[in-house]
Amino acid sequence: MALDRRMLDSLGIEDVEQLFADIPQGVRIDGIPLPKGMTEPEMMRTIRAMLQPNATADDMPCFLGCGIYHHHVPAAVRSIAMRSEFITAYTPYQAEISQGMLQALFEYQSLISELTGMDVVNSSNYDGSTALGEAATMSFRIRPKKKFLVPEALSWEKKSVLKNYVWGAVMEIVEYAYDPYTGGLDMADMHSKYDDDVSGIYVEVPNLFGVIDPAAMKLKKEFPEAVLVVGFNPISLGVLTPPGAYGADIAVGEGQPLGLGMNCGGPLLGLFACRTEHVRKMPGRLIGMTKDKNGNRAYCMTLQTREQHIRRSKATSNICTNEALMALTASVYLSIVGPKGLRSIAEINIRNAKGLMQRIDELDAFDSPVFEAHHFNEFVVSGPVRPEKLNKLLLKHGLIGGADMQRHVPRMTDHMLLATTEMHTEADLDRLVNVLREVA
Amino acid sequence: MFRQARWDDKLIFERVGESDFCFLSDRTEVSLVPEGMARSGLCLPDIPEREVVKHYTNLSQMNYGLDNGFYPLGSCTMKYNPKYADQVASLSTVVNVHPMQDEAAMQGSLRLMYELEQALCAISGMAAVTLQPAAGAQGEFTGMLIAKAFHKKNGQERTEVIVPDAAHGTNPASAAMAGFEVIEIPTSKNGCVDLDSLKAALSDKTAAFMITNPNTLGLFEPQIEEIANLVHDAGALLYYDGANFNAILGHTSPGAMNFDIVHFNLHKTFATPHGGGGPGAGPVGVCSRLEPFLPLPRIAKDGERYHLICDRPDSIGKVRSYFGNFAVLARAYAYILRNGSDGLKEVSQKAVLNANYLRGQLEDTFPMPYGKLRKHEFVLSGKTLADEKGVRTLDLVKRLLDRGFMAPTIYFPLLVDEAIMIEPTETETKDTLDEFARAMKEIAGESAETVRSAPNATSVARVDELFAAKELVLTWRIYQAKADKFSGGSK
Repeated sequence: MALDRRMLDSLGIEDVEQLFADIPQGVRIDGIPLPKGMTEPEMMRTIRAMLQPNATADDMPCFLGCGIYHHHVPAAVRSIAMRSEFITAYTPYQAEISQGMLQALFEYQSLISELTGMDVVNSSNYDGSTALGEAATMSFRIRPKKKFLVPEALSWEKKSVLKNYVWGAVMEIVEYAYDPYTGGLDMADMHSKYDDDVSGIYVEVPNLFGVIDPAAMKLKKEFPEAVLVVGFNPISLGVLTPPGAYGADIAVGEGQPLGLGMNCGGPLLGLFACRTEHVRKMPGRLIGMTKDKNGNRAYCMTLQTREQHIRRSKATSNICTNEALMALTASVYLSIVGPKGLRSIAEINIRNAKGLMQRIDELDAFDSPVFEAHHFNEFVVSGPVRPEKLNKLLLKHGLIGGADMQRHVPRMTDHMLLATTEMHTEADLDRLVNVLREVA
Repeated sequence: MFRQARWDDKLIFERVGESDFCFLSDRTEVSLVPEGMARSGLCLPDIPEREVVKHYTNLSQMNYGLDNGFYPLGSCTMKYNPKYADQVASLSTVVNVHPMQDEAAMQGSLRLMYELEQALCAISGMAAVTLQPAAGAQGEFTGMLIAKAFHKKNGQERTEVIVPDAAHGTNPASAAMAGFEVIEIPTSKNGCVDLDSLKAALSDKTAAFMITNPNTLGLFEPQIEEIANLVHDAGALLYYDGANFNAILGHTSPGAMNFDIVHFNLHKTFATPHGGGGPGAGPVGVCSRLEPFLPLPRIAKDGERYHLICDRPDSIGKVRSYFGNFAVLARAYAYILRNGSDGLKEVSQKAVLNANYLRGQLEDTFPMPYGKLRKHEFVLSGKTLADEKGVRTLDLVKRLLDRGFMAPTIYFPLLVDEAIMIEPTETETKDTLDEFARAMKEIAGESAETVRSAPNATSVARVDELFAAKELVLTWRIYQAKADKFSGGSK
């Protein structure tokens, strides 16, 4: 990258380093201790070779879920999401020249609103975990009480993120138990934990165990004062009653299943929706429809007075950069699969999980599923081998096994969470069952 | 001449057809879900893929990205996003890897992250780095949690965080979110940290002082060493907002300046695309005494194997799921490998040269308070134009859109009246800078009426932001209830 001599001349300097004369001698460094740059093919070769040891769901059937799933991504989704006018834009501060992204995000808000049955949706949070963290502090803004009730069976990642998000608000996280037979929430325990100090209640449908828990639908009636926060899997809403229909004040979820790659965990998409009356307490960006000066429909960012660049330390959240491109990707995905497609995908997911759990249950050494309940696309099995060991064995057979539940619920020492999607064939399920039969 | 596309303004919900998606199932079974939980209706667009692709392609043509032209958005470092990075992010070994795979099944990812952490340590002079934060603001939040945990561990109750009044808005917001009280200190008349105000604000209650250097005026803090000493003598930590890192690559580093915590914006300094709002990535580097507090998991190297460390007693835990925005991290690592030590230093040389050259072209027309020499960006004042002609900075930049340029950042920092904050970055040519300077000067000479009626070459004319805030039409459903308020537009 040669410097343009004419530019140096116009500034009356000989050497570009003269422009760094204001950096005090005491803090200067003599370059960066890294190797010199590579050519493009060298760099590509280096990175390809570095990543080559990764097992991919392309090559191996993947039974991991627990929030991130290997779903089919229609080719058109990726093609649109790579359009450089979208991908190389900044946040649409200048509305007139950014209508494309603004309209796409307005449509995203509309699509997620339809999907969840919620009134309003922000234009994204970082991921499902941080969406939950922001939901807890928003719950405090709606109802300033210090306790926030969450399921004991919650992924450790979410628990840890939640703890950090409520640290500043000085909220206390209180766990309620699950029913050991159905895997659903233990309503008696919930009642025993509920008191006047509770701000909100968080419940997941489906929950960590993949269980679709009908008790979630009763929570608003049982605890009308509390802010009800519902965590959802967006694909499941192809067949399930949406959170808005059973009184959720806030609904949050991980949007990765909506056409995003697994990407080793990021970028993801934090889905965040709420009821109209809470909109001014919401975190994150909102896109509104408006008119241009000729009266034509147009879009712009709105209610920015909640945000950090205006309100600074009084903002509802510090979020600035979000996951706009992922929100756009999710919109393209939902538009392509359509209502019938989403329903079909959800049904195939359920059926595959059902098929797998039945086949595993035929093996005497395994309990499958551990919980007597309706499941969405994943379920817990227990067996004679520690999940960690079992996963290594599965890997040898060219399969990516399930999630070790002990990480999330410490007493579940020999429990594994297995997920299926529309990507699994009958042969994939057979391969998994055959390895399990070997260890049984 | 610039003219942005204006396709029909139909929403995706207003398009008709029937989906031709491939996975339509042949049967439905009600028994798949518990009684009473079956969904009754779902109002999503039902149109063929061809219509969807047309819709979004048209929308893309109504959007302005860096690939379309000059994007001098101050503090946002909108440099060219090299296409090789997109290719890296598209590898199946990136896209199709589940973050909870066994360590043995994701050695590639672990190695890439380990090496990227090392590279960011080398660039920043810090002892250790976490890649977990999803964006710069989350990096700040992470840094604040680390500061909080550190002081708590030392048995100290430190409840305040000091920020300059010219700081990015995320700084005070992040500190407040972590539960700190935010103390803003004024900027001195030379545009830098006012040492007397800093001294007065520091106490045994101070947890940290957050600054960016060079600051938002593009000025390098001349007394950075003294600032570091003052902060450390008070027992507080010094936080570096890395939004302006592009200016100093290879010349100085947060480590050399004695900072304790730093966040990087990979979507700024390391050229990963911003995606029209995100994703970003906001890794955080710390000095060695803060290393035990970094988020989990940590990645360690043991011989040729990489593994995860998930239990460390002092760690703050997690700020986000999994490892961070991995696909963004992979892009940034590609950029670092491609540029290397020599290329990265040239980045700051060219970025600073471009900023100062463009500043030189414009300062006769637009006054620039607070001295001449700038680093990566500079802030002009549109006050003369506003006073003399009634053309405000907002009008000026809307007119820039008509010339095919993205607008600079405006009305920030607040210290400059009618602020116009320009960051050209290193990837622009002299020709582009000259064209931009010419456009700025010509607009300054145009009639007030012409400038105030801009933009006209964009997909829509000046939008009514007050109407948006008043009506709060945030979804298609709300629009349908208020459609009468939107009738009668002229194309």
